[in-house]
Amino acid sequence: MPLSYTIAVVAIPLLMFFFLGLAGVKMDKKLTGVLGVIGMLITTILAYGVALTYFFGSDQGQMADGVRQAVVVCNPDWLSFTQTLVVRMGIMLDPIAAMMLIVISTVSLMVHLYSLGYMCDHHGHAEKGFQRYYAFLALFTFSMLGLVVATNLFQIFIFFEMVGLSSYLLIGFYYQSPAAVHASKKAFIVTRLADLFFLLGIMILSYYTGTFDFHQLVFGSNGANSLEVAQSAIATSGGATFLGCSVMAWALTFIFIGGAGKSAMYPLHIWLPDAMEGPTPVSALIHAATMVVAGVFLVARLFPLYVIEQGAMDIICVTGAFTAFYAAAIACVQSDIKRALAFSTISQIAFMMTSLAVSSADGGLIEIHGGQGLGFMASMFHLFTHAMFKALLFLCAGAIIHAVHSNENSQMHGLHKYMPITSFAFLIGCLAIAGIPPFAGFWSKDEILVACYEKGLGWGIWMSMVAGMTAFYMFRIYFLIFHWKKHEVHTEHAPSDQPWTMTLPLIILAAISIVAGFVPAHDMVTWDGKELHTQLNWTVAGTSVLIACIGIGLAYKMYFKENELPDKLQARFSGLWEAAYRRFYMDELYQFITHKVIFQSICKPIARFDRAVIDGFFNLLASVTGSAAYGIRRLQNGSIQSYVYVYLVGALALAVITMVCVLI
Amino acid sequence: MESVGNLILYFVVALVIIVCSVLTVTTRQILRSATYLLFVLFATAVIYFQMDYAFLGAVQIAVYAGGIVVLFVFAILLTHQPGKDAQQVESTRRVLGAVAALLAVAVCGFGLFSYANFCGRQLAEIPADAVTIDTIGRFLLSTDKLGYLLPFEAISVLLLACIIGGVVIARRR
Amino acid sequence: MNLTLLMYLVPSLVMFGCGVYGFLTRKNMIAIMISLELMLNSVDINFVVFNRYLFPGQLDGMFFTLFAIGIAAAETALALAIIINVFRVARKVDINQLTKLKF
Repeated sequence: MPLSYTIAVVAIPLLMFFFLGLAGVKMDKKLTGVLGVIGMLITTILAYGVALTYFFGSDQGQMADGVRQAVVVCNPDWLSFTQTLVVRMGIMLDPIAAMMLIVISTVSLMVHLYSLGYMCDHHGHAEKGFQRYYAFLALFTFSMLGLVVATNLFQIFIFFEMVGLSSYLLIGFYYQSPAAVHASKKAFIVTRLADLFFLLGIMILSYYTGTFDFHQLVFGSNGANSLEVAQSAIATSGGATFLGCSVMAWALTFIFIGGAGKSAMYPLHIWLPDAMEGPTPVSALIHAATMVVAGVFLVARLFPLYVIEQGAMDIICVTGAFTAFYAAAIACVQSDIKRALAFSTISQIAFMMTSLAVSSADGGLIEIHGGQGLGFMASMFHLFTHAMFKALLFLCAGAIIHAVHSNENSQMHGLHKYMPITSFAFLIGCLAIAGIPPFAGFWSKDEILVACYEKGLGWGIWMSMVAGMTAFYMFRIYFLIFHWKKHEVHTEHAPSDQPWTMTLPLIILAAISIVAGFVPAHDMVTWDGKELHTQLNWTVAGTSVLIACIGIGLAYKMYFKENELPDKLQARFSGLWEAAYRRFYMDELYQFITHKVIFQSICKPIARFDRAVIDGFFNLLASVTGSAAYGIRRLQNGSIQSYVYVYLVGALALAVITMVCVLI
Repeated sequence: MESVGNLILYFVVALVIIVCSVLTVTTRQILRSATYLLFVLFATAVIYFQMDYAFLGAVQIAVYAGGIVVLFVFAILLTHQPGKDAQQVESTRRVLGAVAALLAVAVCGFGLFSYANFCGRQLAEIPADAVTIDTIGRFLLSTDKLGYLLPFEAISVLLLACIIGGVVIARRR
Repeated sequence: MNLTLLMYLVPSLVMFGCGVYGFLTRKNMIAIMISLELMLNSVDINFVVFNRYLFPGQLDGMFFTLFAIGIAAAETALALAIIINVFRVARKVDINQLTKLKF
């Protein structure tokens, strides 16, 4: 399959968006959904074709000397401001882009199919806004695909904004619910704040390097494939410093902040748990599998630059490691199943970030050149596997919520008997995320841990601990939902497995979660395109499996059967439990900073100035004009006789003047 | 030196004009006001005859005295109950109007009398055939240098517009 | 004694002054129209008299008067039609009472 089919991969969702958005209102609701699924199916087939061709197919310029090259399929000018300042919109395929095509199209297809069932009530009637929902899904898919195949920073920024917009639209899909509206606004504003830094970073970077293009940024303008040239762009800015750090470090840190906003890194994570107000399939697609890894993807895309700037890497590393632990700690106590999964997502994305950042362990380009870059590969691999099993977990959660009409796990309990398929699928997802072999998460997480141990023992132990917590909180959720105690049937319908449109995606994703670990990622998605020879580090793998088993065992002990232990522990550590449950008061902190500090001390005086001085001035103008008009309107009183008086006086004055002039 | 008859006629006419004009605007019965206006218009027609413009005098009597005044009378009878006096005009308004009118008369009168020798011109003889109906008709419909066809047509358009306007206004809605 | 130009202008001037006075003081719209006719008539006289005394060989002033009479007739007819219409609606002809359209 020619790689130029990538254009169709990106274009079909866009066309579907316009078609469903414009014509959907006139069509039957179910029909729009089926059309959306068919469109997405075609996109997925093409995406698989393109990606597999890129990795394994006949040579179309993607292999040179056993090294995978980035292939620019097309790169037309989009906005040309001046000779040198040209913004292009193109399509570039490289290992991570090809991998992302697979991830996005798979998850998106599953979500499209799943939504056919999920967005209907129990009688099979489609919800209000069904067509709009599918149009937005198509828009999101288009934006995300456009993001991963971007050829330059500016294009990636534009699509970054577009995924943010689609995320906003889909979180706020139930626009009649105030919580959803607040959540969508929160997501939009927080990510927009981060995108401001992203834009700053882009401007600084391109000001000093003179290009937006990834290829030129990484390999220099002459296109030679060597790492020495890779520094050429950076060398031009070598002397420039700002506040003691090099300009490049600032630029890359700013870009990371942009990515951190989308990827919900601490402290910009606050929007993601609230984003769970959207429909659950949307959470699976956008807020678990694809959009939230856009930040990871961004850092991976600029990885060759980050490798050189160790300072920026350290920031990412610390942020990632802290976020992973922080989110895992919160996930351990959440009672809302979707929020718990959201914090799990944050934690896992932080894993990927950390993995990227430790990839430059021991600094030095030479070592990376000589085959380091394990962390990069592990990060991308984990991105892939995580997308699959986290989408699976969210879709299972959606099925459960659809069955019991609640997000709280206190309403669930003991569902294993009623929903066996969902239960097994959820179990597979949990095993995968916990890192039990041979499930997908084991392979990718193991490589991340290896990379961390190579960076330093402390990093490795820290991340291993977080991995153990992951196993614990995932199985806590699992046991609380499906076991714990007998389910009390509240409604007239007992919960049961959902229709095939919702079950089929679960089975497919479960199957992928089982086998995805055997994908030979290490010779496919490496940062420089060369094969990376790794083998299983048995020490690390054994330890991590052991830790995971301990986590699972603990969860089993505490949550499999109804008992007093969790309540006792909660009472014993009530302060800690409360703090974790309230997300360590981050939202309150934000509220305090924005409302008390910023609004009170900055916005209020500005508003007062605006109201008193600016508005006052114009009100004064208006009132002066008004009162003047009010005063002189007496002149125009509509009485013809008073006009005649005025006329007469004027005429007589004129006559007198004329006569005086003539007679003198 | 004018003929005595002519002089007497002039004085009678001037007296009628002045007295009836004043009465027109001072009487409180609107129907009387219209009647005094009729006298003024007749007196004006006499002046036209005296000026040898017989046709103009005839038009004055036919159109003004015969047409317009009748219209006035109709309008008055349609809008007023007969015999009912108009309200007395307030004195401030009356004084103010009188002052304004007298001022206007004074200024214009001063102007007239300061050009006394220009205004003291005698009446000249005019050629016998100057103002015959024949001449007037030729002038009205000629396009020569002194022709009046264009104003004539303009007036006819204006009258047409007035007819249409009258129809529109009077139409029952 | 001769009949000079001035002797005709003086009655005309008085007539005009009466017209001004009537126009300014009367409230009845028909009375105002009558005052207006007075003023028009005085101007007509002036046209004719000036023509006759200054340019006896020409007829310009006379024609102006002729046209003025025509226009005056049309204008009066229209104005009276309007006044009657207003009266039909408001049952009034006094201008100081017709204030419905005022601010």
